[in-house]
Amino acid sequence: MQAVTREILINKAAELLGNGTVDRVFGWKKGEFSYDVTPALFTTREAMDADFVFGDFCGANFSKYLVAETRKEGKVLVFLKPCDTYSFNQLLTEHRFDREKVYVVGIPCSGMLDTVKIKAVAEGIASVEDNGDRVTVHSLFDGDVTVSRNDMLPDRCKNCKSKKHVAYDELIGEDGEVIDSGRFDEVEKLEKMTPDERFAFWQNELSRCIRCNACRDVCPACTCEKCVFDNPDSGVENKAAANSFEEKMFHIIRAFHVAGRCTDCGECSRVCPQHIPLHLLNRKFIKDINEFYGDYQAGAEVGSRAPLVNYTADDPEPAEAVERSHHDA
Amino acid sequence: MQRIGVFVCHCGTNIAGTVDVAAVSESLGKEQGVVFSTHYQYMCSQAGQDIIKNAIAEYKLTGIVVCSCSPRMHETTFRKTAAAAGINPYMVEIANIREQCSWVHKDTISGTEKAIILGKAAVAKVNLNAPLTPGETPVTKRALVIGGGIAGIQTALDIADAGFPVDIVEKKPTIGGKMAQLDKTFPTLDCAACILTPKMVDVAQNDKIRIFSYSEVTSVKGFVGNFDVTIKRKARYVKEDVCTGCGACTEKCPQKKVPNEFNLGMDNRRAIYIPFAQAVPKVATIDPDYCMMLKTGKCGVCSKVCTAGAIDYKAKDEYVEEKYGAIVVATGFNPISMDKFDEFAYSQSKDVITSLEFERLTNAAGPTQGKLLRPSDGEHPHTIVFVQCVGSRCDSCSEKGKEYCSKICCMYTAKHAMLTRDKYPDTDVYVFYIDVRTPGKNFDEFYRRAVEEYGVHYIKGMVGKVSPEGKKLMVQASDLIAGKQLHIEADLVVLAAAIEPDKSARPLATMLTASMDTNDFFTEAHPKLRPVESPTAGVFLSGACQGPKDIPETVSQAGAAAAKVIGLLCKDKLTGNPCVAHSDEMMCNGCSTCEKVCPYGAITYVDKEFRMPDRTTRVRRVAQVNEAVCQGCGCCTVACPSGAMDLKGFAGKQIMAEVDAICR
Repeated sequence: MQAVTREILINKAAELLGNGTVDRVFGWKKGEFSYDVTPALFTTREAMDADFVFGDFCGANFSKYLVAETRKEGKVLVFLKPCDTYSFNQLLTEHRFDREKVYVVGIPCSGMLDTVKIKAVAEGIASVEDNGDRVTVHSLFDGDVTVSRNDMLPDRCKNCKSKKHVAYDELIGEDGEVIDSGRFDEVEKLEKMTPDERFAFWQNELSRCIRCNACRDVCPACTCEKCVFDNPDSGVENKAAANSFEEKMFHIIRAFHVAGRCTDCGECSRVCPQHIPLHLLNRKFIKDINEFYGDYQAGAEVGSRAPLVNYTADDPEPAEAVERSHHDA
Repeated sequence: MQRIGVFVCHCGTNIAGTVDVAAVSESLGKEQGVVFSTHYQYMCSQAGQDIIKNAIAEYKLTGIVVCSCSPRMHETTFRKTAAAAGINPYMVEIANIREQCSWVHKDTISGTEKAIILGKAAVAKVNLNAPLTPGETPVTKRALVIGGGIAGIQTALDIADAGFPVDIVEKKPTIGGKMAQLDKTFPTLDCAACILTPKMVDVAQNDKIRIFSYSEVTSVKGFVGNFDVTIKRKARYVKEDVCTGCGACTEKCPQKKVPNEFNLGMDNRRAIYIPFAQAVPKVATIDPDYCMMLKTGKCGVCSKVCTAGAIDYKAKDEYVEEKYGAIVVATGFNPISMDKFDEFAYSQSKDVITSLEFERLTNAAGPTQGKLLRPSDGEHPHTIVFVQCVGSRCDSCSEKGKEYCSKICCMYTAKHAMLTRDKYPDTDVYVFYIDVRTPGKNFDEFYRRAVEEYGVHYIKGMVGKVSPEGKKLMVQASDLIAGKQLHIEADLVVLAAAIEPDKSARPLATMLTASMDTNDFFTEAHPKLRPVESPTAGVFLSGACQGPKDIPETVSQAGAAAAKVIGLLCKDKLTGNPCVAHSDEMMCNGCSTCEKVCPYGAITYVDKEFRMPDRTTRVRRVAQVNEAVCQGCGCCTVACPSGAMDLKGFAGKQIMAEVDAICR
């Protein structure tokens, strides 16, 4: 269950609209189904009373929307969960939007539910009731099914890396701490595989890719004016994967492009319609960077120099990195 | 569509010995865009170059591939050849089929195959080459010399002599450096001050030279011909233009217990001080660590005795910003700390001293007025042991000391030994050495005089231990030639401490993006052919910051550095390298990644208004490359997430075409 309610957020938004701090509000509105929540802009309290929702399916990271949103006049209110604030800072580090045009209200988060897992529990979902530890799914065909809430969390929430907001203008509720999560456990399992096993694993996962570009479109690190996959001059422009090699190259090129900048927000895996665990590619990079250059969390502070674009005398020699990768293989 | 000519060089048998040049020429003749292909014995010869020129005219070539030696050897030659025949020099590509092919292959079959592949890659690249024109930048006709020792002084004087203004930045209150602390100089034994101070006065009187003493360089931006430098002028609490250097304050200051760094702490000075009599500028400086007025607000004696009214307790650090066309590094050296050499009892006995301390003990302006007296009891020492190579020529795995030879110690020790025997014939002098190294004009003769005429006991072997016993120092050493252990009761032990670059050099190198070796000596652009230039354009090296040097060598290098600076400042404009990065502004995100990886500070950002495809206008932050600063290293092109950065002459597409040609 989320610690803040829809009403608290609407009241806060109405207050900031009323006193002129902001002139529009980024929030969520209901889609076709209760679990089908979509980002939306509001400018009045009436509109929010009618459509604004907040709950267990408000997983979308709003940071990236600010790139386009701040190009407009006025100031926008955005509600950010702790993990979203890392993306927010990373985008600021890369000068992708004007901080002055955003008012950030940090909101606590107790983990957002994974629609895929909910859908697996019962068919024809009417509504989902969150009772804290447990979640009851009211369904058309399977009746009411109650399951452990923790089991319904996506990997990014199960292994939440931080309940601490690293950017905000004001906070609702108490701020949390950075968590020593087991987010690299899955990566370690992959590292322990033989190269053939690992290849088979990724081939199985990536062969499902339909090149819909959802992972790229949602990724807060992917805000290029012109993406290489849309650029005919790049030689890797957008096209349906003609063979399994191209599928892999798309995701590997993407992982390289966001390496050192990915905050591990997990949006790529959330939006993937084919349920490919794309965040594991990024986490492998994060883990390697941590091990080679010391712990680094992209977005933890604005203006930080990521190890991949920095030099210190203590950096390992390239030979050491090569040596280690052989060892892994 | 390009019309490409391929020219395969035999290089005598260097290439033709392992590569079938005719086969290479024939094969490359069939590549896309190639309209002419030939081979010749020496392409770099006049006749070879004529073949290229004639082919350009006859076949209307637009691009050239020369399969020959490394581009480091003859790329410039062939570019000039092409330019002379009327095509853009950057339409020339070199396929290195010598160093990277014929020299490393044993059999003709694999050598020829590889030469063809390398040639194909070059042809693929030339197909995508575009003519490039280097830009020009103006030159600021002013030089900066960092360091005011003999190296910096000589460089500054020579540059000023050619008519260019020079600024010297010296971190100490006076110029003069280490040479000012020396007594006599080898091999002629003239007094250091007698030959140095006239030069210091020349600097002071030269209206082309400004001295920023008690100052440090805090930031360097820009590039060759156009450096922007910030100099911090530390507060000396004495108005430099008002102080007459009378010295009244330095006599009346009640704070008498300040270790005198000029005499290496062997006596004391006041909190307000002038380092030595011939200091330039002859201006007092207040030491804020010891001045009672600055620390507690109680005292003010110097201000009362100063008839000129030069004292200013409220002075603050000031920052000067100046533009320079060239920068000379002359940061010099220091003896290493003796802390790690406990076997010589340096920290246990006052009578174990370093050679630089010995210089001060024999100097008339030193703590003993030039009388050689033991620091512990002021008595005349009768047995002196000199130990060579303390911290020099150490094992690479040894925790202490340096691997290199400090170069100057053999000669100054011979000088110390000789002068001691000359002045005090009743003194026994022993010198323990690993080798005596005396190459240099009149150097070996000098050393032999010490041994033969002055009876200095030179003993091949190292001192193992020095232990203070009462008033004596028990020296335990080995005589390698006699093959026996020696025990000497010495009154004074002098350690020839290794020298190392000044500690200020490392941060300075970072500011200048000038490279250093593992010992923090500045690296020269070429160890043999460009010894006074750093690899960073516009940054030059003078004196011991580049490696251990004696005075004659330092002065020659200082003059050489000055000549290079003058050569640069004489030019009104500099021609740049056209193979520089450029950003496609329509693709640039303004994310600053390229700026972070750029080692030269060549990238800046501007907010620019763009008309977008949807007909709106938008102000976007985009990267701009200063083509005069960019060295074409390409870091930005790989770091750029959106592929907006590319390198002229080495575009991503060109490189990919080469790779494709190799993999085909």
